[in-house]
Amino acid sequence: MDPMIQLENVSVHYQIPNLKITSVKEYIIKLLQRKMSYHQFHALNKVSLDIHAGEVFGVIGHNGAGKSTLLKVIARVLRPTKGRVILRGNISPLLELGGGFDPELTGRENIFLNSAILGFSKKDIKARFDRIVAFAELAEFIDTPVRNYSTGMISRLGFSVATDVQPEILIVDEVLSVGDSDFQKRCSDRINQFRKNGTTILLVSHDLDTVQKICDRVGWMEQGKLNAVGNASDIIAKYHARLKHENLPKE
Amino acid sequence: MQKSTKILYDSSKRGIPLIEEFKELVRYKDLLQILIINNIKSRYKRSTFGVVWTMLNPLLYMTVMTIAFSHLLRFEIANYPVYLLTGLIAWNFFSQTTTQAMGTLLLSGALFKRIYIPRAIFAVAAVGSGVINLFLSCIPLLLIMLLTHQPLYMTWWFVPISILILAGISLGVSLILSMIAIFFADIMDLYQILLQATFYLTPIMYPETVLPAKIQHYIVLNPIYDVVRVFRNPVYDGHLPSFYALCAALISTFAVLCFGWWFFTRKADQISYRV
Repeated sequence: MDPMIQLENVSVHYQIPNLKITSVKEYIIKLLQRKMSYHQFHALNKVSLDIHAGEVFGVIGHNGAGKSTLLKVIARVLRPTKGRVILRGNISPLLELGGGFDPELTGRENIFLNSAILGFSKKDIKARFDRIVAFAELAEFIDTPVRNYSTGMISRLGFSVATDVQPEILIVDEVLSVGDSDFQKRCSDRINQFRKNGTTILLVSHDLDTVQKICDRVGWMEQGKLNAVGNASDIIAKYHARLKHENLPKE
Repeated sequence: MQKSTKILYDSSKRGIPLIEEFKELVRYKDLLQILIINNIKSRYKRSTFGVVWTMLNPLLYMTVMTIAFSHLLRFEIANYPVYLLTGLIAWNFFSQTTTQAMGTLLLSGALFKRIYIPRAIFAVAAVGSGVINLFLSCIPLLLIMLLTHQPLYMTWWFVPISILILAGISLGVSLILSMIAIFFADIMDLYQILLQATFYLTPIMYPETVLPAKIQHYIVLNPIYDVVRVFRNPVYDGHLPSFYALCAALISTFAVLCFGWWFFTRKADQISYRV
């Protein structure tokens, strides 16, 4: 059985100019002065990883260890500088809920916009519209511009749009800590349902207890490298030991 | 759930970016349609006079220019208001769509950091909504033609083709500019200056014959004038663009569009690294 998500020696390098240049004028001056120099930042360094269908995979690590970059490479947002990413399923990224919303548009218009951003056709969206609204519990406000929504309402709508159809791969980036506890419960219920039905889930979180509870396997990222991969409790135990050792505050 | 082993995405296997991006746009055609409609809506929704403004703007401009030029400079030109308005409509389309394409890519750039969508979609949407606005601005044009007893020539049938050519060159320039804007935000300001200069260098408010004979010979090298002319000919002059003029417009458009598409798609992967 081929893995659902397959990473072969994936590297992401950022070319960072030593001087931040954002204008043509500056650029030409620095170029003439021969002061243009770059250093490379290895956000991901030769990461190889196989995630199988139906697996719940957690990614842990400090801030800046490359967790988000890993998700972005898998979500097609970044194309790797080197190496290869292969996906064998359709993907629904839950990166920053409601990020694609236009505040000037109404909830209704944003459902169409956001679903289209996720790659769904208009016909699909029309068929599922009522269900999306019902899950987000926003029927009363659906024709109100999103700029008048609370943060909780925006997250509810974002989650509802992104998870209405069960994806083959679900990417979750610290988003379940939004909304009230009732909605959080419904979110985790829905994700659990996906899990039972065989969705592959990739979760990035600083909440080690959650990771331990729901993940089958865990990968520990450090300085752009995959430090260790394995059974959730083993890796988290190792990570805890390292945190204690480094005496870093637990994130 | 169906256990599919079909590869849906492989970062190492990619066709020619030039073609790949086009395929992706076709796949996301519903998003494109929504973006175009939203562009139009946001333009007209913000003020109740929205639609009226789009029509009044060139009309007011035309009135001022007509008074200023036909009395002060005295061009030998028949029905100056229509001459000017045809030029202005084509020009406004070009300047507005290119500026908007650049702006929306920068504004919506954060989206590219979160999720994959075809990178050229904002530029294509800007041109798409521009075309709809262009059709709307033909209403005041027809009104002025009626008032000034300008005949409605049979050659109007050519106008959609002219619009297509205008859209092509605007998309090419939009793609080039918006990619540069990802790297250097101040291109927005530079471009406004460049636009202003091009506007005065292009026979939009003055006739081509005002230019010294030497320059008139080279006017074909101004790609903007080439496309303004293919719009103006069937509406104002009542004849189809000459073979020579049409070739000039088609060649400029094709060259700019191909270069723009190639340049944009080649650099497109940089966007999410940069914004």
